[in-house]
Formats: sequence, structure tokens, C-alpha cells
Amino acid sequence: MDPYIERSPDGAVAIGTLDSLLNLARKNSEWYLLFATACCGIELMQTGGPRTDADRFGFVFRPTPRQADTIILAGTITYKMASRVRLLYEQMAEPRYVISMGSCANTGGPFYDSYPVVKGGDLILPVDVYVAGCPPRPEALIEALMLVQDKMAREPWLRKARGRWPDPKDPWPQPSAVLGSCAAAAKGPTPKG
Amino acid sequence: MKPEEIRDKLTASLGAAEYTPGPGDAAITVPVDRWHEAATVLRRDPDLDFDFLRSLSGVDRPAVGKIEVVCHLLSYRHRHTIVLKTGIDRSAPAVPTLSDVWPAANWHERELYDLFGVNVTSHPDLRRLLLPEDWVGHPLRKDYKEPDSYRGIPMQRPQTAAEAVTPPAAPEKP
Repeated sequence: MDPYIERSPDGAVAIGTLDSLLNLARKNSEWYLLFATACCGIELMQTGGPRTDADRFGFVFRPTPRQADTIILAGTITYKMASRVRLLYEQMAEPRYVISMGSCANTGGPFYDSYPVVKGGDLILPVDVYVAGCPPRPEALIEALMLVQDKMAREPWLRKARGRWPDPKDPWPQPSAVLGSCAAAAKGPTPKG
Repeated sequence: MKPEEIRDKLTASLGAAEYTPGPGDAAITVPVDRWHEAATVLRRDPDLDFDFLRSLSGVDRPAVGKIEVVCHLLSYRHRHTIVLKTGIDRSAPAVPTLSDVWPAANWHERELYDLFGVNVTSHPDLRRLLLPEDWVGHPLRKDYKEPDSYRGIPMQRPQTAAEAVTPPAAPEKP
């Protein structure tokens, strides 16, 4: 249920359900935590820089987890860092989203056989979007942030927070434009596991 | 100053020391009870004047039952280098601290304790440096066995969907 926006000479009026209006605001101000654990952080900084300019989508970095919607696991996470990462995540206000950026945060990557490295950020946080690459290009990270936008638009948070969603009689979730095109593009067999 | 001259200078005040010439930096091996004394001579003697501790590390040698502590030294004033080594018993490794000679040794010795389990005696702050405080074992020992998990985080990725773990839920809101 996308909100209907009626433009007038003095501005615009948006009409829709409260959830859809909230989602309109949420997905266009997706603030991410400026936090990096290794070299993917350089690409993370580049993403916020003028060349890729993530700000045009409303992706603005925040220095504190209290103001952030999304945490990007950018880089290798050691066991000593794991409890700090978890603490940052728990300090964020709900609804909150996690992007796992790069090979290290996905699976441990080149440090898989190393004793101090956590073998994937999804062992400590519930990851929403994985970005492949070592490191991923800024464009790939922007796509991940847009997939989180897509996920935001597809869930009615007011109802979800009150435990009334998902509900089979509810018209949500909306079909996803981005995920639909991804599924059409990937015509291979579904990966195991 | 040539490495041989450094060796002669050190043995003059310390007694016999085992000497290994290059390639690379020449090394002087001293027994562990002369470790601190040798470091003091190398640091304080005006002709030696090793004012820079480049590295302090360890080598585990289970075949001979020893852990080697290796100290790479440089003198900015005289532009010469030397390696100071000592071998300590692997079953109860202990070495005196050099942090009163070179303050940089403080963190190097914490790393030595962290990764090799060497007890650095009279160290001002002997805690683990790189690994969490509650870590079990010392990973650079050759006989180190990696545990299955640390604080509930598995050390290997789950191979099947059945083994997959769910991250712990956030604590209940008050």
C-alpha cells in the first residue's frame, strides 16, 4: 500500500495508512552507524563520500548507535570485538537492520582458519543483507542499503511491534520490486543450506 | 660497531654468551638468569646504546622443550643492530621483564604472555593484549587445540542447515 502523494502548488499532501506513511519516512532516512572493524571501512567511507554520494538516497552516517537504523558489519570481527559489536547493536533502537559487508563479515573470509576471528557476523547478529566482495565496491554497498530500504517498505512496523503482523489476512507484505527483479535474474538452482 | 665487537663488549661484563653470526642480524643467546642484566648492559653502555626495542617476540620449539624469547634491538646513535635471545623451559616458562629497560617492552611482553603463556615476572601490568581476558589457552603454542566455541559463538561455520545457530535474541525490555 504505497502512500498516495498529491502535489499542490504550495507543497504536497500524502495520503495512506499510517504504516505506509511511516515507511515512506523510514526508508528515505536510513541512517547507518559509522562503524567499521577492518579494511571494508575504507569502502564504507567512500560510499558516504561525494563520488557515490549515498546521501542522495537518505543514507546518512551517524556516529552513535542511538540514532542509527542500520549497522554495517564492515570487516573482520575478532572474538574480542564480538561483544562490543553486540553491545552497539543492542544500543540501537528498533526497528534495526544489519548488513554484513565483505567476505570477513559473511564467513570469516581469508581468516577462516585463524583462531581469533569470528566465522561470520551472522553468528552474533541477525543479518538482513549480505554483500559479497573483498571488499565490495561502494555501488554494491549502496545496493545492500537499498535492499534494506526495500525490506523496510515491506513490513508494517507499527503492526509488527504490537505483535499483529505477520498475519495471513493482512495485505502486507508488499511484493518487492527489487527482490522480484533479483529472483528473475538468478535462474540457477537454489543454493543449499 | 660490528656484531663481534658487540659480542665481545657484552661478554666482557657478562661472561660467556653463545653467538650466532648472520645472515641477517647476528644473535647473542644468554641464559635466562642473565636476560635482564644483558639487556641493561646493551641499553646503558655508551658504546652500545641500544635505544630502540624493535621487536620482542617468542618462538615455540617443542622438539627441544623450549620457548625462545627473541629481542631485536637497534641503536639510532651508532646505527648498529643485534638480536638478543634466551631459551626458557617450555613446561614452566618464565622470563624477567624488560619494561624497566625499554618501556616499549611492556605491550610486547603482554603479547608474549597472551600468545605463548610466558609468565613475565615483575611485569607492571601482565594481562592479555590481543585476545579476550577469558580466553583459554595460548594460540601460538604448537600444541594449541582450538576450542569448539567461545562464549557460545561456534568456531566453525555450520555446514548444514540443521547445525545453523540463531544469534541470541536481544534482552527483554524493562
